[in-house]
Amino acid sequence: MAELAAVVGIGQTKYQTKHKEVSIAGLVRMAAINALDDAGLGWDDIDAVILGKAPDMFEGIVMPELYLTDALGCNGKPMLRVHTAGSVGGSTALVAASYVQSGVFKRVLTVSFEKQSESNAMWALSNAQPFSVHLNAGAGGFFAPIIREYIRRSNAPADAGIKVAMKDRLHGARNPLAHLQMPNITMKEVEESPMLWEPLRFLESCPSSDGACAMVIAHEDLVSQSPKAPAWIRGGAMRSEPTMYAGRDEVNPQAGQDCAKDVYAQAGITNPRKDLDCAEVYVPFSWYEPMWLENLGFADVGKGWELTMEGATSLDENGDIPWNCSGGVLSSNAIGASGMIRFAEAARQVRNDAGDHQVEGARTALGHAYGGGAQFFAMWVVSADKP
Amino acid sequence: MAAHADTLTQEFTLGYTYTRSTGPVVGRFLQALRDRQCVGIKGSDGKVYVPPVEFDPHTAAQLDEFVDVADCGEVVNWTWVSQPRTAHPSDKPFAWAMVKLDGADVPMLHWVDAASADAMSTGMRVKARWAKQTKGFITDINGFVAEDATVDTDYEVVEGADAIKWVESPSYLKYLFTAGKAPARFLKALADGKLTGQRDPITGEVYIPPRGSSPKHGVPTTEEVVLSDKATVQSFTIVHIPIPGNPIKPPYVIANLVLDGAHISFLHLLSECNNEDVRIGMRVEALWRDKSEWGYTMDNILYFRPIDEPDMPVDQIGKLNKEG
Amino acid sequence: MRNVVVVAYEQSEIVRNAGACNEVELIMPIYRKVMEKCGLHSVQDVDFTCSGSCDYQQGAAFSFVMAIDALGAVPPIKESHVEMDAAWAFYEAWLKIQMGQADSAFLYGFGKCSPGELPIVLSQQLDPYYMAPLWVDSIAFAAMQARALLEKGDISEADMAEVVSRSRANAKHNPHAQLKGDFSIEQLLAEPMYESPLRRHDCCPVSDGASAMVIATEEKAKEWGRPYARLTGIDHRIETSVFGARDLTQSVSTKIAGEKAGVGNGKVDVAELYAPFSHQEIILKRALGLDDDTVVNPSGGVLAGNIMMASGLSRIGEVANRIIAGEAQRGVAHATSGPALQQNLVAVLEGAN
Repeated sequence: MAELAAVVGIGQTKYQTKHKEVSIAGLVRMAAINALDDAGLGWDDIDAVILGKAPDMFEGIVMPELYLTDALGCNGKPMLRVHTAGSVGGSTALVAASYVQSGVFKRVLTVSFEKQSESNAMWALSNAQPFSVHLNAGAGGFFAPIIREYIRRSNAPADAGIKVAMKDRLHGARNPLAHLQMPNITMKEVEESPMLWEPLRFLESCPSSDGACAMVIAHEDLVSQSPKAPAWIRGGAMRSEPTMYAGRDEVNPQAGQDCAKDVYAQAGITNPRKDLDCAEVYVPFSWYEPMWLENLGFADVGKGWELTMEGATSLDENGDIPWNCSGGVLSSNAIGASGMIRFAEAARQVRNDAGDHQVEGARTALGHAYGGGAQFFAMWVVSADKP
Repeated sequence: MAAHADTLTQEFTLGYTYTRSTGPVVGRFLQALRDRQCVGIKGSDGKVYVPPVEFDPHTAAQLDEFVDVADCGEVVNWTWVSQPRTAHPSDKPFAWAMVKLDGADVPMLHWVDAASADAMSTGMRVKARWAKQTKGFITDINGFVAEDATVDTDYEVVEGADAIKWVESPSYLKYLFTAGKAPARFLKALADGKLTGQRDPITGEVYIPPRGSSPKHGVPTTEEVVLSDKATVQSFTIVHIPIPGNPIKPPYVIANLVLDGAHISFLHLLSECNNEDVRIGMRVEALWRDKSEWGYTMDNILYFRPIDEPDMPVDQIGKLNKEG
Repeated sequence: MRNVVVVAYEQSEIVRNAGACNEVELIMPIYRKVMEKCGLHSVQDVDFTCSGSCDYQQGAAFSFVMAIDALGAVPPIKESHVEMDAAWAFYEAWLKIQMGQADSAFLYGFGKCSPGELPIVLSQQLDPYYMAPLWVDSIAFAAMQARALLEKGDISEADMAEVVSRSRANAKHNPHAQLKGDFSIEQLLAEPMYESPLRRHDCCPVSDGASAMVIATEEKAKEWGRPYARLTGIDHRIETSVFGARDLTQSVSTKIAGEKAGVGNGKVDVAELYAPFSHQEIILKRALGLDDDTVVNPSGGVLAGNIMMASGLSRIGEVANRIIAGEAQRGVAHATSGPALQQNLVAVLEGAN
């Protein structure tokens, strides 16, 4: 019933600690212009703009889409603002796709951003509220115990997380847009980096970045108007569950499993490791690679770390299912944009337009985002092949 | 902090002094303000916008043709604020106004210092009243005043200053937080040194701290369950970075603790043990602060500490007898 | 296009201060009521859930995350959130239904504005370099919009008072309304100026509350055996944030949205317009081409109580309820966001025949 839609343009900024040369509008604009250029289009070709970002406290602007209207050429057009916590970049892409897949609009621009340097991520993500104890020293303080439980259950070797941290930075070194450029990183260097939230070390955690990501999504009928190969949207799914409930499996959340099943069914994927050529998965802390390998059905429960250790997810080791060839969240983390970057990088792969981090011959890829207490999930599957 | 018959309220400030990079257009305007000058930008249709906009509202084009404009002009619209708010730029009644500076086509929003609403009118001539000290911020214009008003021009001159590339922008908002009904019941018991969970009416599972509902079923939790202050470590992390504003020194242990009789964990500190001895399944108890320090907060518990009981098997944590 | 219908709508009482009531406690009662109205048990019985809220209203990041606890989202649900009025959550759900990913949806919006100083909180919605640091309160924009209308001769102060008088009189029949009663135009005009030319009663009150709705395809509603109102058109538009570049006496974005939604394709019996300031009702009526045959804001509108982030969804719900009750055959609902009607959504609803 859904109309067919494809990504016809992708634009990103460089991800870096501080984009001190631009205003907030200027940052968002860079990604948007890059996406339009990539699609060979101008502002008049866009029917609507769908914007996503994480909490407004990051930049201290309440509902910033209002202020960003002109930077995004949206005067007189529809503008919608999505916020689903850390998964927002992914959810925003899915909402944008629905503007076209519904048959209501022909071509839309979707943008997500975070200018984290305007404030401090630790503050913005967990500002103290009355009557609550303020212990949760950042996201790491919340996720580290969950990771510890994963290690207990799976008996994973301590260096699985270290391996991911190295692998994603080596991938990132192939991507000129990645924030961290560490072409010579070693496992030893990761291991010797300061412990932050045991078992998470400094180099096993994501950086804090400024950046924006944008995509143009077009209806099947208009795809040929853009010069580069399209990434066909073969499936999209979202799932949410409460942050905490009795018996909740925080290590392997049901919402993630269900979301993956849904998107695979839409895209005709029965064996993700075999049927997908690569994946861009939201891994802000190293251990989330093995955890999500299991959650997303790439590995049996308890065996995700084996894929990591075998090099299956590594481009440099010619793995059969490279994960996060762009360097992933571990290399660039502009929180509100991070989910959309995953979706966009998956699309770049199947458009055969990923430069030095291209997976040779990639035709089908997964984009994944998660947020909150690992409770909100958004995923899409894109393909070079028109369904 | 206040406790009324059935509400618990507490004031708090949500705020940060944001560091905003300006980009070339905003920066140019703020730099001109610092020099007590005004600058606009020419839009796609030739109209001059003050303050300069980065992108044309009608064509979305990126704009870059700056135009110097006067620091005086005409009020084209205004409103009189009879009761200024604390955050407002004036503590006596004042006007917000749209001022079209001479040389500009699009008016800018600022405030006008006038004696009363009767002194304001559309079409009136005003001039910028410059701050004694300017810094490259919108408040360098300390309001506009009637063109014929006398202003103190004993300015401090900023010499050899760098181009404005960023500004510090404080944004602090005050709120009066009110705890929900279910959390308030929990907090009040806590102020008496009691840990009370609330029972999911469908499954019997006990939540602490309660938020008012069974998250599984979306129905209110009404039945209170007093729990012991003994708990089991469900998981933990050893934190090596300081908690902002907290005196505790790293490394310290934050643990997910499941109180006996509860079916959900919460985070709290674990101490009086070697960090390397902490393990999943470990049995602990609360160390309460002195009663005189108790308030409506989990902070009444200084931390949890180990007790001499055998570890709980992992598959039993949080899965105690529901009647427990 | 698939026929989408509103099956049920509920709103909490609109109050100045909901006090000891967190997100969960605000939402749960109306969530339960609206589900009951459809003969459903929970969100597990619909295909999609979407909500609207704004963290800064109560000053807590991620307030929508905790709101999920009100729903019973176990097993996990298909769910999304807009940092906007829930009328846009309605729009997102409508797209989901159009693309065939859902046949039904649960929508809710909630706002607890009482903890903060709302007009100042909203000042941080403005351009962060030129306006937010001046703390320009949200009332100022509306006041200057009103002055533009008055000085152009488009309206009189009595016209504004008439809107308020009618709103509060209509609200007497709305059990949830915050401000209601009989106030003559003369009486209102005798009140002092607040932010001139606005008097305090020209401004909506600050309110707490929530609203909730279930929508579905027409087939699904028939399967449920419930009455409904059919959505025949919906669109939303935004306009420039450069306040000085706008013609404040008009609402261009409302006009476009109204045309796209097909407001002019038939007689409009009833309209619920999200006009937080009295004169804005007049601007909106004109932008939508509504004449005096249309009953405007029979609920009292938001001048009688404004649950920010829920009020837009409530406008759709109020129109739907009147159509379902047989009091109207065709109606228009409108939602707004931003200073002086910067962003607007228009929906057209009709009876099921």
